[in-house]
Amino acid sequence: MTDKKTAPPLAVRDLTVAYQKKPVLRNVNLEIPEGSLIGIVGPNGAGKSTFIKAVQGLIPVASGQVEIYGKPYRAQRKLVGYVPQRESVDWDFPTDALDVVLMGTYGRLGWFRRPGKQDREWALECLRKVGMADYATRQISQLSGGQQQRVFLARALAQEASLYFMDEPFAGVDAATEKAIIQLLNELKAQQKTVLVVHHDLQTVPEYFDWVVMLNRRVIENGPTHEVFTADNLQKTYGGRLQTPTSPHFAAISPRSTSASNNPTPTATGITLASSFSGTSCTTKQGDQP
Amino acid sequence: MTGWDVLQDPNTQWVLIGCMLLGMCSGMLGSFAFLRNRSLVGDALAHAALPGVCVMFLLTGAKSIGLFLIGAAVAGLLAIYSIQAITRYTRIKEDTALALTLSVFFGLGIVLLTFIQHSDSGNQSGLDKFLFGQAASLIASDVTAIVVVSGILLAATGLLFKEFKLLAFDPGFGRGLGYPMGLLDGLLMLMLLLTVVIGLQAVGVVLMAAMLIAPAVTARYWTDRLGLMVILSGLFGALSGALGTLFSTQIENLPTGPMIVLAATSFFLFSLLFSPRRGLLSRVIRFLRLRRKVLHEDVLQALYELHEQPHAQLTATSFTAEHLSQKTGKPRRRIQSALRALWRLGLLDGLESDTIRFTADGLVAAHQIVLNQRLWDIYHMNENQYQSAGIDKNLEEITPQLSPDTLAQMMKQLDDYDLTPTLLQKPKPAVSVPYTKKGGFSL
Repeated sequence: MTDKKTAPPLAVRDLTVAYQKKPVLRNVNLEIPEGSLIGIVGPNGAGKSTFIKAVQGLIPVASGQVEIYGKPYRAQRKLVGYVPQRESVDWDFPTDALDVVLMGTYGRLGWFRRPGKQDREWALECLRKVGMADYATRQISQLSGGQQQRVFLARALAQEASLYFMDEPFAGVDAATEKAIIQLLNELKAQQKTVLVVHHDLQTVPEYFDWVVMLNRRVIENGPTHEVFTADNLQKTYGGRLQTPTSPHFAAISPRSTSASNNPTPTATGITLASSFSGTSCTTKQGDQP
Repeated sequence: MTGWDVLQDPNTQWVLIGCMLLGMCSGMLGSFAFLRNRSLVGDALAHAALPGVCVMFLLTGAKSIGLFLIGAAVAGLLAIYSIQAITRYTRIKEDTALALTLSVFFGLGIVLLTFIQHSDSGNQSGLDKFLFGQAASLIASDVTAIVVVSGILLAATGLLFKEFKLLAFDPGFGRGLGYPMGLLDGLLMLMLLLTVVIGLQAVGVVLMAAMLIAPAVTARYWTDRLGLMVILSGLFGALSGALGTLFSTQIENLPTGPMIVLAATSFFLFSLLFSPRRGLLSRVIRFLRLRRKVLHEDVLQALYELHEQPHAQLTATSFTAEHLSQKTGKPRRRIQSALRALWRLGLLDGLESDTIRFTADGLVAAHQIVLNQRLWDIYHMNENQYQSAGIDKNLEEITPQLSPDTLAQMMKQLDDYDLTPTLLQKPKPAVSVPYTKKGGFSL
């Protein structure tokens, strides 16, 4: 269990997180395979961000154990990289893109030591990997949202971790950034690194991730995308707020889902979501339709 | 005594050095507090220090900066704990908790201070100077204490620069890296507390907060780099300390604290108005320039597009200012002033007879503007196709960013949409604005 080679990158047992007495996550048990891209999906308020914060010990947990490569998080901190939501910091902070990426090297540097020339070159290399080398000296408030997101990714890269947590890196980014992120994820996967991504856009799940965790305050499903990302499981996760009428992908898996095909305005994606669920291209509630 | 004589006096020199070091410390540490949105914590700490100092004096009957430090530290920690406890265990928000704690501690301090002054030893205690500060009342041992403490604080700030940056920018990430952010936050608080204590006698509890905030805010106006900001903030603080002390030692009965704070505030006001990038004046100028530029471009584009209409021939037809006003939806007055400016630039002709035409230069310029606008339209309509072209949407001009292939592809698309600018057959690459990677406007 304690050997890095055999232990899974992330094993969670009986994790419960509560905000002011109300449990947000209940009895979460899961194991994640090494070297895969994992999408965490679920409706708003399902505890997706809470989950990745809790396993990193960034918020207090009510109960449960989290093991990173077979050891508690504290002992394995250096193996974990984190890309928080972009809104979590003040982008008017007096610093430039390269400096933010350099923060990724602070863990390795330890107390008091300043980043040197080598660290600087490494940070620049990380910026290059996300296509942002030209923006190294730009003040961070002058970057677009997608560029800021890429700076955060580069900072996580600079950590040289084995297990990455990313909190909605695709939220509100432009096409170029989305492409850059995907490229990067695949590169990380090729290096046998494990990446957990909180994701909002159900359409792209089969394309981007080879493993899915479906979450709605508890784990609904956890497994390879082609096995668990089915209409049935989506129904279980999102409840009545989701219908999957016209997609051949879902129709093939679950004949029952075609019962809703009298939908007068079939959408291009085949996934129609309640308006409470944001982030996808179509947000129509069944009852709203004529 | 004239100003120069005063400066010759070694005693004054000591006081001056003390106040400058104090300003430097409060400026540098204040930067981190300000960026961490903790400016008011300094205020609470300063006010809380008063009862701590008074209790210490009552207990020991001695006026020693070391003892006061301990008293103020204990009271400050208690105040911080109260603020945290109130926010955690009640529904009261942090700002209310701060205000509540600050006034209670300060009230208590005033009660104790009044009591001390009416007691036997109180008159000589000089504790009343702690309200607004009196630099002249500093004695050698006080100054020595200031020098020692600020030396430690400056060294610690230098050593922990990287850690404090992490704390101020993204503490969550710092925790992930394994730094004890709670401890660092506590350390920053403790250092702020020490600054407050050494500032008590010179600046006073009431105005100490301004010493922590004003230099930091001022420095932020002049730089976008944290390191430089911290240094500048320290310099502004030191300069304010020096000016305030000089005034207060020159003129009898002038309290030091308010003078230092007034000096710091005038630096701030100056920066607020005149700093080159963030200052109000430069923002107004930038805004007006942008407005004028947009107006000029709109007029040129409108005239170009009027010419492009079917049957309108470049040489035969001309347009009136009224046409342009209708086309752009802008009032006549603004159109007229734009027309005059464009005429002065040699881009338009025929103003006096209200038959407005392009000059040769004007046509080229307008063509460039129209082409740029329409290429952007094409880009935004077909963004997916051009992802890999590396186009920065924040830049104003698209043409200089395009490779010949991409440009050809876009021109083809313009044709498909029937949007090709038709008045000039061969678009000249006469770029009016040099291509730069520097970001756009920040109004």
